[in-house]
Amino acid sequence: MTRKTFLASGLLDPRGLIFLAILTAAAIAVPVFSLLVPENSAFALPPYLVGLFGKYLCYALLAVALDLVWGYCGILSLGHGAFFALGGYAMGMYLMRQIGPRGVYANPLLPDFMVFLNMKDLPVTWWGFQHFPYAMLMVLVVPGLLAFCFGWLAFRSRVTGVYLSIITQAMTYALLLAFFRNDMGFGGNNGLTDFKDILGFNIQSPSTRVWLFVATAIALGAGYLIARAVVTSKFGKVVIAIRDAESRTRFLGYRVEIYKLAVFVLSAMMAGVAGALYVPQVGIINPGEFAPTNSIEAVIWVAVGGRGTLVGAALGAILVNWGKSTFTNILPEYWLFALGALFVLVTLFMPKGIIGTLDQIKARRARARRGVEPAQAPAGE
Amino acid sequence: MDHQVVTSTLLYLDGVSVTFDGYKALRGLSLTLAPGEMRAIIGPNGAGKTTMMDVITGKTKPDEGDVFFNGSEDLTKLDEATIAELGIGRKFQKPTVFECHTVEDNVLLALKAPRSAFATLFGRPAPGTRERIDQILETTRLHDHRFRMAADLSHGQKQWLEIGMLLAQDPKLLLVDEPVAGMTDAETAQTAELLRAIAVDHSVVVVEHDMTFVRDLGVKVTVLHEGSVLAEGPLDQVSADPRVIEVYLGR
Ligand SMILES: Nc1ncnc2c1ncn2[C@@H]1O[C@H](COP(=O)(O)OP(=O)(O)OP(=O)(O)O)[C@@H](O)[C@H]1O
Ligand SMILES: [Mg+2]
Repeated sequence: MTRKTFLASGLLDPRGLIFLAILTAAAIAVPVFSLLVPENSAFALPPYLVGLFGKYLCYALLAVALDLVWGYCGILSLGHGAFFALGGYAMGMYLMRQIGPRGVYANPLLPDFMVFLNMKDLPVTWWGFQHFPYAMLMVLVVPGLLAFCFGWLAFRSRVTGVYLSIITQAMTYALLLAFFRNDMGFGGNNGLTDFKDILGFNIQSPSTRVWLFVATAIALGAGYLIARAVVTSKFGKVVIAIRDAESRTRFLGYRVEIYKLAVFVLSAMMAGVAGALYVPQVGIINPGEFAPTNSIEAVIWVAVGGRGTLVGAALGAILVNWGKSTFTNILPEYWLFALGALFVLVTLFMPKGIIGTLDQIKARRARARRGVEPAQAPAGE
Repeated sequence: MDHQVVTSTLLYLDGVSVTFDGYKALRGLSLTLAPGEMRAIIGPNGAGKTTMMDVITGKTKPDEGDVFFNGSEDLTKLDEATIAELGIGRKFQKPTVFECHTVEDNVLLALKAPRSAFATLFGRPAPGTRERIDQILETTRLHDHRFRMAADLSHGQKQWLEIGMLLAQDPKLLLVDEPVAGMTDAETAQTAELLRAIAVDHSVVVVEHDMTFVRDLGVKVTVLHEGSVLAEGPLDQVSADPRVIEVYLGR
């Protein structure tokens, strides 16, 4: 046997290394070209591009989170945008409380929208959010808890397939409606905005934006490594087994619902982190982030990049969003049609996505080289 | 519970009935299996053989009747994972292996080891895992295919891999549903040999249509028909039974 690796596919494969190398290069290049290169130089990176790249990386992290549940566990979540948005709101609440008396109404405790709504006291939900560590904890806990409750009910009653997808979609839609309401105390349809600073740094300044970008790159790298560690462990093998033959896995003695729940909660937390990094970079969070179309777009990114590959999910998110930025500059009304067409084309001609198709070609070549016959077709029942 | 079964049997089914949309798939099925016994189950299509396995493994809950394992475990009250952990392994009629995993990983997942999410996420493989997998792949003649994807195996190889996975589980009782369907004669003979070797230290229930194969096994036979037991005994005696002949030929 030439292969020495027993029972471990290895945390880092060549593709993962390339991905992390590019990410590292970006995390170094962006600060260099936007802070060190003089502003009027041709190589200078304008701040708006830094923000745009940072946004792409947040989407990439959301895509990796989604790939973990969809690509590896077969749970097609059409509501992952909800976890992203909840993480975003947790961060937004921290940023709101950092404004302090600098708001229009100069209320030291209450954010402007609360004063405007004649609220007298800070709602309990907002307590503690002036502390950064607490807010960061909530970025993980709130999406995680929602995923836990949702998953507990859904997976235990063995809801799968289309039905599960539909209720995830209903979940994000319900949250959309709830967050639109002023009496929820999260800023209603205006959401949370007009942030001033984060950890004492001016949120508008180019250097803060650069460091937010770097933080996002690190979070994406870490998210990728965690996801990769999970899917290459024995736990991950069980999860893939569940995706391919759920009841078989049960008959082997694995508690399928617990495994699904664990993956779902982890994925929701990763999505929450992505949302939390997104909000300071775009400067606003509003109920629109719960829109079902957001969750569906995320599914398309993963499908385009190649599900069950992690790197593909990140790549898909970046490519599709880069396409979206370009496209909406030229023909803003037609973006949704273009996205729909892209999804149909990928499903028809590249069902395994970009990375999956590359893998297929590689495998076919390798097989041709070894002169192995194609897999024998299974005999009929 | 008013029913306290204390028997020396490993598996005890009494008066088990299952109805699907008004159709009685099992009607008062009773069957017992002694520890260490191997039993062949035959019966025409739709006799309820697979349904019986579904009931034993917790996939289908019976409308009435008792199902006990090891004398006191009431299988009608437990779910699939718990029953598997009690020591009942199953090979499906349609071979179901994990297609996206290598042959080695298929066996690894089946191998007797802690099943909790925590253990599989943070645990290390127990010492001797590799040797155990080697041994199973040797027994099932899949050693040369260790690193192939299960999806790339031939039909017969998939059947064997599934038997190998059963071995890896090391259950007290193995339920094997049509292990030689779609196999060549040579493969069939090898499978009979394999099952006999397994039966040395396991209890086994084999469902099969192939009479040559059942003869090769050389064990007590139970004939199912329309959801209940029609005859039981050595194959020669059973196949001489006019009612059995009627069921098989009268159609
Ligand atoms: N889930 C189900 N829903 C409805 N009917 C079912 C279900 N499972 C089995 N049946 C019916 O119950 C009867 C017994 O089926 P079963 O699969 O147990 O037969 P079998 O003896 O295994 O037959 P075969 O030799 O064809 O495998 C059949 O008539 C089948 O159509
Ligand atoms: Mg059957």
